[in-house]
Amino acid sequence: MSTQKNHAELSEIFNKDEDRVNWHDETLWWVRQKRDKASHAIPDWELLREMASQIKNNVLSELDTYLIQFEAKATENGIKVHWAADAAEHNQIVKDILDKNGVKQMVKSKSMLTEECHLNHYLEEHGIDVIDSDLGERIVQLAKEPPSHIVLPCIHKKKEEIGDLFHIHLGTEAGMSDPQVLTETARLHLREVFLTRKAALTGVNFAVAETGEFVVCTNEGNADMGAHLADVHIASMGIEKLIPERKHLGVFLRLLTRSATGQPITTYSSHFKRPRKGQEMHIILVDNGRSTQLGRPDFRNSLKCIRCGACMNTCPVYRRSGGHSYHTAIAGPIGSILAPNLDMKDYADLPFASTLCGSCTNVCPVKIDIHDQLYKWRQVIVKEGYGDKKKAAGMHAMDWTLASPSLFNLAGKAGRWTLKHAPFAVNNSMNPWYKHRDMPKPPAQSFTEWFKTNRPQ
Amino acid sequence: MSSRADILSRIAKNKPQYIAAPDISAFGNKHSSNANLDQFCAVATGIGATIIFINNLSEIKTYIRNQITNNKRIISSIPELIGLAEDGTLVQAIPHKLEDVELAIICAEFGVAENGALWVTETQMGTRILPFITQHLAIVVNANDIVGDMHASYIRTAGSDHNFAAFIAGPSKTADIEQSLVLGAHGSRSLVVFVLNMDICDESDRPVL
Repeated sequence: MSTQKNHAELSEIFNKDEDRVNWHDETLWWVRQKRDKASHAIPDWELLREMASQIKNNVLSELDTYLIQFEAKATENGIKVHWAADAAEHNQIVKDILDKNGVKQMVKSKSMLTEECHLNHYLEEHGIDVIDSDLGERIVQLAKEPPSHIVLPCIHKKKEEIGDLFHIHLGTEAGMSDPQVLTETARLHLREVFLTRKAALTGVNFAVAETGEFVVCTNEGNADMGAHLADVHIASMGIEKLIPERKHLGVFLRLLTRSATGQPITTYSSHFKRPRKGQEMHIILVDNGRSTQLGRPDFRNSLKCIRCGACMNTCPVYRRSGGHSYHTAIAGPIGSILAPNLDMKDYADLPFASTLCGSCTNVCPVKIDIHDQLYKWRQVIVKEGYGDKKKAAGMHAMDWTLASPSLFNLAGKAGRWTLKHAPFAVNNSMNPWYKHRDMPKPPAQSFTEWFKTNRPQ
Repeated sequence: MSSRADILSRIAKNKPQYIAAPDISAFGNKHSSNANLDQFCAVATGIGATIIFINNLSEIKTYIRNQITNNKRIISSIPELIGLAEDGTLVQAIPHKLEDVELAIICAEFGVAENGALWVTETQMGTRILPFITQHLAIVVNANDIVGDMHASYIRTAGSDHNFAAFIAGPSKTADIEQSLVLGAHGSRSLVVFVLNMDICDESDRPVL
């Protein structure tokens, strides 16, 4: 996604409504606290994280072998396996499958991969109607917005705004914003959709190389409603979603939902192994930059991600800037280390959208060193020439000043004089440091001056 | 070069040195079945399911007759419930025909104490869509068939082969609107778990362990 605005500028838009920022912040922190409660109830939690991380190490070191094994098993099970090198090829494969079956309308359950590939937009351009069936995704779809969070797609929206959308699109009473009523309305609307769509697309949470089966987790039951009623089931997965053996599902299913929402498990963890009689089942294995990321030793661990969203819920920057500020399908800390791999120039701002506090790394269920990678991306981005030019100029000026004692003393004096006698010169919107911060009170003298008068005789 | 060959060669070139998968056998099954049952009931209740203890199947009939007094459609594949329910094994394989089912009663192979989930296979569902499309769902599980955690679940199902199977934990739910929990998003609006003190599920459905 190409955009002119960067994270800081987009955050400024989100930050205009302070009450909403506080509400957003508190809501996500509440989800983080639920995660803490759920994880603390598991005595083996830290061991589980370690095991998950190690299993993923094995997956990454044997990814080609596991993909070939998975393909063979899934094919044996009657599933048609496709390979897509990039987003465009993925979208083309989906369209070809739909064309071949004469399908003009498709229902989709949550798949961040299709957001990454901009599938909906592509299919709409080709005259194919797509309806998202996850409630949060349906809401942002009606609002013509992308999801702002990978697990909680419309976490940025107030129920009154959702009520207005439902009034316009689904005919609810004006002003109705009761979540119970709105959910019931969506249930009835989407049942009709599920019953009339011949094709359903789902994401994949885990795919098992050993057996060729794949697991899809939802709380709503929308993936199952779509897949079991459709003649054609398409499952799109990033190649890193593989796990070696079925028993490893035990480790990941224990971690996933506790990390995501603090639930012990999602309502439905569906294991798809063979199509039902008369049904066509397809799996699209999508690379789209993942094999490149695999070749970056500092960043390959980002491919361990199981998309739980815990790093977003805990991130002080995400909570106060909102998902849309990241202008990429996957927001937050993990998105900020995935996106520069896809386009270093467009997403050069994202690794800087962090305080590097490390909270993301601490909650990550597969122990990705997220904040270290954010820091390392900054080095790469500046080295490759994609850094902020103003910041670079400032750094050069500082380098020059700090290298010369007389310039340093002069600059210090000038700064103290300005803050004392002409604060308006720096306390204005021309100074980016002044945004959301007060300038410090100037000290009466510099340390050098103080030392000269107070040095021990 | 095909995308398949292209992707595989890029991975082969870029992947790190071989790292073995860890031994996860230490997790094993380390819980007693009595503790499992208590924990299962507490957790399942916590995620919105209703637990009903029964000693025989006629208690299910009584419970359901009290709950559903109209003529809405009830389906079950459990032979003892035919009469009260339409025979699920006779339902034609057109999933759309199940759209008006009010209540489905199915067996689970086992339950999981740590998360209140029940393992249900396609054989027990009859038709895959049934536990999802029904307005309300009831699942019967034997009191002895509760395992401690997910590791024990996959040990128990090791080597089993199902076209489709699912863990079902509580009723369908969403909190997408301002994090307010609402039951009955797209799947069943409620889940009743009948915990039975005798085994009614067909032994032949069981994987050989």
